[in-house]
Amino acid sequence: MVNIIEVEHLSKSFGDNVVLKDINFSVTKGEVVCIIGSSGSGKSTLLRCINLLEKPCGGRVIYKGEDILNEQHDVYKYRQKLGMVFQQFNLFNNHDALGNCTVGQVKLLKRSRQEAEAVAMEYLRMVGMEQFIHAKPKQLSGGQKQRVAIARALSMNPDVMLFDEPTSALDPEMVGEVLKVMKELAESGLTMLVVTHEMGFAEEVADRVVFMDDGVIAEEGSPQQIFNNPSEGRTREFLKRILNQ
Amino acid sequence: MSLEWVTRILSEYWTMFLRGAGITLLISIIGTVIGSLIGLCIGVIRTMPTPERGIKRISLKVVNALLASYIEFFRGTPMIVQAMVIFYGTAMAFNIHMDRLFAAIFIVSINTGAYMAEIVRGGIISVDRGQFEAAHAIGMNHLETMLNVVLPQAIRNILPATGNEFVINIKDTSVLNVISVTELYFQTKSVAGNNFRYFEAFFVACIIYFIMTFTVTRILRHLERKMDGPESYTLNQMQVAAPEDMFRLGNPN
Ligand SMILES: Nc1ncnc2c1ncn2[C@@H]1O[C@H](COP(=O)(O)OP(=O)(O)O)[C@@H](O)[C@H]1O
Ligand SMILES: [Mg+2]
Repeated sequence: MVNIIEVEHLSKSFGDNVVLKDINFSVTKGEVVCIIGSSGSGKSTLLRCINLLEKPCGGRVIYKGEDILNEQHDVYKYRQKLGMVFQQFNLFNNHDALGNCTVGQVKLLKRSRQEAEAVAMEYLRMVGMEQFIHAKPKQLSGGQKQRVAIARALSMNPDVMLFDEPTSALDPEMVGEVLKVMKELAESGLTMLVVTHEMGFAEEVADRVVFMDDGVIAEEGSPQQIFNNPSEGRTREFLKRILNQ
Repeated sequence: MSLEWVTRILSEYWTMFLRGAGITLLISIIGTVIGSLIGLCIGVIRTMPTPERGIKRISLKVVNALLASYIEFFRGTPMIVQAMVIFYGTAMAFNIHMDRLFAAIFIVSINTGAYMAEIVRGGIISVDRGQFEAAHAIGMNHLETMLNVVLPQAIRNILPATGNEFVINIKDTSVLNVISVTELYFQTKSVAGNNFRYFEAFFVACIIYFIMTFTVTRILRHLERKMDGPESYTLNQMQVAAPEDMFRLGNPN
């Protein structure tokens, strides 16, 4: 098994607020890892440290054997290799659906407009948004925006996809359409790191589940183990709380 | 007021008014465009994230300090005084006589630049953080983020303020008569002086100024509405993408 991402002794604080403490974990190629945990436990910060939207305070992040915190390392090239899907979608408001999926390809990957549009169309079709290619973000529903956001990330042909609670800002009736797309992606063999509160999704799709609590990884294991037979008390408590909602 | 004099002045001197209005528009259009470009550049520089350490950090700080003093200075002094200082100052210090029109455009540009810099900065800051994050996450650096994502939105946000600057420039170029630029106010003064009909001449100028500013305001309002586009998306059934659609996709926008 080849590790794509390895996180070693990662720590992060905002001022006096220690948010991540000595995080160690790795993601291998083709693996789907779900990160669960109560809000404020540091899940988003962990994802954001991995793609350097936040600068870690200590430890190492290793991508395909290279230390990306090394000063010499090109942050921008590295980020192109990681697709990120945000809770708040963050589609580029000045571009239509197609433009959202092509701007990075054309400006960063230097693909021709034609090629970029062909790639974009492939993914927009995959997420079922081919009828809305010329729609601006404000003309789309939350679920549609999130599907375009997924297509935008995929259009860069990333090695890894990071999802930060992609369905948490959606109306309940739209959660399904986004999870369906994510499930298809997982089945296609894409490497995915998903922060989610959708326990059903995690149980069904994840190869591994990581439970975070108060800035540390409290427990990790297979979905069966975490959901049916957690060894830690706090995991059990968290699951009881979230499943009773 | 004598309507007779107004028509007489108009029929006799309409070319002078027209030329004056033309120069006024020329100075304010070019001044606003260049000023906006200056503002955009400064806005982008002033919103750059500060590097952690080293020479880059120091140079950015120095540049920012220089830009801040430029902004403070030009916003803090009247344009009429700047015009005198720059026009006669360059003549005295370097013994060059600036072309009056060039001097006028120069002064309006840097003056507008100082105002626009702050307007642009505000426009950039008002763009949602998520837009920056998404652009960074996809791999764009500061400049790429600005050009492809943030500035188009910031420009839309600051369009009303920019229109406002343009209107102010149309009116304020009148102060440039102190360096004898033949803009509308200067021409009106000549017409009035030739006939000793001050009220009528300036009444005509007043109307012309108003027509210019009113038209500009309307055009910009129209532009804003066009940039915003419709609120809802009408599904074009023909758009269900088939491979042959790729031909059409080649030339949208
Ligand atoms: N940019 C920031 N500045 C200061 N504190 C932050 C910032 N981002 C996150 N935090 C803090 O870090 C902690 C963990 O946040 P986060 O990683 O968003 O948790 P989660 O995603 O698990 O809900 C919270 O206490 C939050 O207030
Ligand atoms: Mg979060």
